[in-house]
This record gives sequence, structure tokens and C-alpha cells, in this order.
Amino acid sequence: MTNDKLNKHEWPLWEVFIRSKAGLDHKHAGSLHAADAEMAIENARDVYTRRMEGVSIWVVESKNIHASDPGESASLYDPASDKIYRHPTFYDLPDEVKYM
Amino acid sequence: MTVHSFQEHFDSLIDREIAIEPKDWMPDDYRKTLIRQISQHAHSEIIGMLPEGNWITRAPSLRRKAVLLAKVQDEAGHGLYLYSAAETLGISRDEMYDQLHTGKAKYSSIFNYPTLTWADMGAIGWLVDGAAIMNQVPLCRTSYGPYARAMVRVCKEESFHQRQGFEIMLTLSKGSEVQRKMAQDALNRWWWPSLMMFGPPDAESPNTESSVRWRIKRFTNDELRQKFVDVTVEQAKVLGLEIPDKDLKWNEERGHYDFGKINWAEFYNVIKGNGPCNKQRLDARRKAWEDGQWVRDAAMAHAAKRKERSATKAA
Repeated sequence: MTNDKLNKHEWPLWEVFIRSKAGLDHKHAGSLHAADAEMAIENARDVYTRRMEGVSIWVVESKNIHASDPGESASLYDPASDKIYRHPTFYDLPDEVKYM
Repeated sequence: MTVHSFQEHFDSLIDREIAIEPKDWMPDDYRKTLIRQISQHAHSEIIGMLPEGNWITRAPSLRRKAVLLAKVQDEAGHGLYLYSAAETLGISRDEMYDQLHTGKAKYSSIFNYPTLTWADMGAIGWLVDGAAIMNQVPLCRTSYGPYARAMVRVCKEESFHQRQGFEIMLTLSKGSEVQRKMAQDALNRWWWPSLMMFGPPDAESPNTESSVRWRIKRFTNDELRQKFVDVTVEQAKVLGLEIPDKDLKWNEERGHYDFGKINWAEFYNVIKGNGPCNKQRLDARRKAWEDGQWVRDAAMAHAAKRKERSATKAA
């Protein structure tokens, strides 16, 4: 079977993000196939929240996700690597100073 | 970077127990091994619904029926988590389905045995899911990130499966003489196939060495099988049932149970397609897929139409 024939009918792939309770971020849960966004949300409910794992679901078609390249990590994160003064532990304070 | 340095970088991630993620460079064999293992695992979850689905309409009470339904639904979910983990390695869902439906891909041979009585629902939950848990818990720390994360979900849900099975066995073993015999008969039939679930002995397992090196596998087949025997023999005592193995004996020196020889000829025969239900299982799976084609097509057509309509409205 050619790839063309295989993928002709495949429903698009969606990435699923779930907020486990109010006050928390949506977190990536996994992915699934669905014909449209509405079906993706319903499928996400059945696949990823069978035990009340969520109060809110986001779905994004996977082709719309843009990701950084792990091969470029060194240069991408280079600007932050030599700025330890961004961390509070960089600063020496006298012992008498409390709660800072 | 040269291929050599890519390989070095990969090896150092593995050695430092840092997870490999989809966009990271990985050796072709690592990718292939994972695709094979994860898709086989997914297929096993999907085919695994069939033997139990057989008893949903005939469960002895509404409670048992609701529980069995929830368990089978979990298995569908587990299959889906795993298929999507495999897709991150570059194989499409349709390709995997095609490999299953054409018999090119394997699934766990245990599901080619028939479920003859209600007690089989107990034995499957207790033994088959018990063996699956033994296999799966170490996979929560497997080196490929998406696989490990899927396995964390699977394992969280799986322990209810084993407990409900044990509860069925316990109820039957404390019931009438007929019920107790039914439980013993189910144990007799499922015991040896459950031991085979861990795969061939280490000496004959061609994939074990590289899988351990890549931290895909954390324990060998024989190690996990021994662990399962040690734990399960004690559980059988609680049920007052007898393990169908006359060679089963505690070995003080090893600190483990010794057990009888496994019939590997049977195992390979079932894998080759000659088990009692291989044909029935694949036929049912193919029929479900083919009968569902019009639904999948209709859903795509509906989605396309709605998209078009909203585009016209916006214009």
C-alpha cells in the first residue's frame, strides 16, 4: 500500500492541553485524531479525562505547533547562560537581614 | 555535528538518564525498536478489548457490568495514548493500523485465547493485567519521553483492572462449589499463557540486549517473570486456589519460587497465528475498521463543509 492511500482518510492530529483544576495552567496531555475541533474536545474528554482529570480542555491542530530545534539549544539559550545575577542567590546579604 | 558526535551526544543523554524527546537525534535502530514495541503494545490494548467485550452483555450484575465496561474503555484509552506516542517517531496511525490488519505487526499472544466463562474475567484481570503491570511499571522510566509519559497514565489506571479481577476470583472462590471450580478452571487455563506474556527466555530474546542498553527495557523477561510468579503464588493462597504446576516449589537458597517448564512451542505457535482465536480476533478488528469507514468519511466531509461555510460567512 502506498503512503498516499494510507493517509488519504486519516483524521488530522490534535494536541490536547488540560487544566487539571481552576488556578493551574493548561498542561500538555497527549494527542489524538479528530475530524474537527469540536470532535477533538469530545474525544479528549473521553481519552484524557475519564477520571475527572480536567476542568478545561484546549485542542490545537498539531500542524499549527511550532517548536524550537533541540540541535540549536546551545545558541538559543546562550543569552541567559552567563547571567547568574538574575538569581537572588547571586547577592550576598549580611546575616542580620531577614525575610528578603 | 557529525553522525559520530550525534551518537556520542545521544549515548551521554542515555547514560545520564536524560529523556530522549521526539525532535532529538536518535539512532535508526532505537527509533525502529521503539516503533515496533510501542505499536505492538498499542495493538495489544486494542485487541485486548475483544476477549472481555465478549462478557459485557452477560456480566452477572449491573455493578460488574459497569466495571467491565469501564475497564474495556480504559483499554481503548491506553491504545490511543500509545498510538500517539508512536506517532511522535514518524509513523502514521494508518500505517500502524495497516500493519495490524495485515498481520504484519504482532500483539500480545495472550489475547488469542478464548474467554469461556465469567471466571475468565476474573483470571484476566488478576493474572493478565497483573503480568502487564509487572511489565509496565518499569516502562514509566523508559528512555523515550512520550512513551514514558503514556506509561505513567496507563499504570495509574491499570491497578483498578487487577483489583477488580482479583475481586471476581475472590467472590467465586468463596461461593458455591460450582463457582469455586469455575475459578480454578479459569486459573488452570490462564496461568501458563500469563507466564508466556513476559516473552521468550532471555537466552532466546534477540531484542533484550540493545533494549537494556538504551534503557527502553529496565528488566529482562526472565527477571520480570520470576517476580510475577513470586507475587502471584502468594495471592493464589488467599484465594485458596491451586496453581497448575506440580514443579512449583519455594527455593530457600534463591529466595524465589522454582516453577515448571513453559511450553514455548505453544507460545511460538500462537504467535505464528495458530492460537485458538487468532483469526477470530483479527477478523473482528478488521470488520470494525471497515464498517467504520463511512463514519470516518462522513465526519471529514462534515468538517470540510462547516469550514467552507464559515469561510463564506467571513468573506
